[in-house]
Amino acid sequence: MDLFVETWQYLLDPDSWAGGDGLVARLLEQLLITATALVLAMLLGLPLALWLGHVGKGGFLAVNISNVGRAVPTFALLALLVAADWPGSAEFGPYGRAGLATLIALVLFALPPLITNGYVGMREVPSDVQEAADGMGMSSAQRFRRVELPLALPVVASGVRLALVQVWATATIAALVAGPGLGRIITEGFARNDYAQGMAGAVVVAIVALVLELVAAAVQRAADPMPRSPSSDRDRTMSAPSTTVAEAPTGS
Amino acid sequence: MTILGAADSGPSCYSRFVNEWFCWDYVQDRHDQITDALVEHVAITLAALVLGVVIAVPLALLARRLPRLESLVLGFSTGVYTVPSLALLPLLVPFTGLSAATVVIGLGLYALTILVRALLDGLRSVPDDVREAARGLGYGRARMLARIEMPLALPVVMAGLRVAAVSTIALTTVGTLVAYGGLGDLIAHGVARDFRAELMTAAVLCVALAVVLDGLLVLLQRVLTPWTAGTR
Repeated sequence: MDLFVETWQYLLDPDSWAGGDGLVARLLEQLLITATALVLAMLLGLPLALWLGHVGKGGFLAVNISNVGRAVPTFALLALLVAADWPGSAEFGPYGRAGLATLIALVLFALPPLITNGYVGMREVPSDVQEAADGMGMSSAQRFRRVELPLALPVVASGVRLALVQVWATATIAALVAGPGLGRIITEGFARNDYAQGMAGAVVVAIVALVLELVAAAVQRAADPMPRSPSSDRDRTMSAPSTTVAEAPTGS
Repeated sequence: MTILGAADSGPSCYSRFVNEWFCWDYVQDRHDQITDALVEHVAITLAALVLGVVIAVPLALLARRLPRLESLVLGFSTGVYTVPSLALLPLLVPFTGLSAATVVIGLGLYALTILVRALLDGLRSVPDDVREAARGLGYGRARMLARIEMPLALPVVMAGLRVAAVSTIALTTVGTLVAYGGLGDLIAHGVARDFRAELMTAAVLCVALAVVLDGLLVLLQRVLTPWTAGTR
């Protein structure tokens, strides 16, 4: 088990963290591309999904897009984008080599959980609640903003969490096609038979993934409009939809 | 690797100068290599799924009895699910080295996390009055599990198995990190050499494999739960 000792030494060595292809630079690169992709996917996917859920159309597409996203290997899509004439493996601003191809792949793989959960969250708002809103004289837009959206928020937020996990995982895999990010530490380590470096990269990737997930879970709890506290008397109306979409597993 | 279009009648569609995405000549000339990769891909996927099922069933049955263990199992599975595959495989290398076992165990862990959840959800979906009725008819624990609970949980469990199967097919490609990635090895080679026909063929085969396996599992479910046929 010398490998553990070597990995530990690699992680303790300040040289591993410094420089243009050190751990810090790669970590920032991957965080930047993850954040960009997640924000882009949310801007693209959430309005569409929420609107579809509000008017109750396109359910088949919204639910099945997750299954499609799961069947396409992230590695294959990244490879196709990089090998194509466009976007190819060109440098792209602060995102590094093959930055545009990686960004496109990340957005595509973030969309399915966002769309599915956005749609399902809106549809799971009980119909008698919607009827009550109509009976109170709310317009369709008012019902959307003041009734459906708050009630759908927990499910939508869990979709964002799933998308975040997916994007982080895919951004790591981008290194297999020489893309940016921390995965490069892993693939370079394996390519040079420097398994301590590969392990060290994997440890950092895994720890950051767990931290991101915990932060996202905390944000989700904070955003829940109906925290289940005993003092709140709103509890009796309804508890948030308990059946969320099955966790779209890894897929990457 | 033999080199480029030494072809007699003009460059073939996969020579470096043409480099087409879809090329039937490539599939014919390299069908040995493609078949090997396909077989390896299927073998790794099936081994990982079997490993996942074999561990998931006893774990779920145990977790159902012990609520403490259940929250532990669910927390662990969320953790594993969060770790990217490209990071999980290196973490297994110290134990299993650069072998197919690394990929099988890594993917088995992912499948396990999906399957345990599906089993627990499925068993929880069995109505309590059905259980009571079975107990009243004199069913013991084991017989109730085998004859009443498992069959009723099966639709949910099979849905979980389908999700696990499809995502395991896709994930196997990442095994190319330790040189056991099945079709993923062809994809990696295709990227490194800018070999478009190889890349596209492997990618299409991956998706086709996922569709076929999913279809087979749907058929299996129809056979195992004939009573649901009318409702769908």
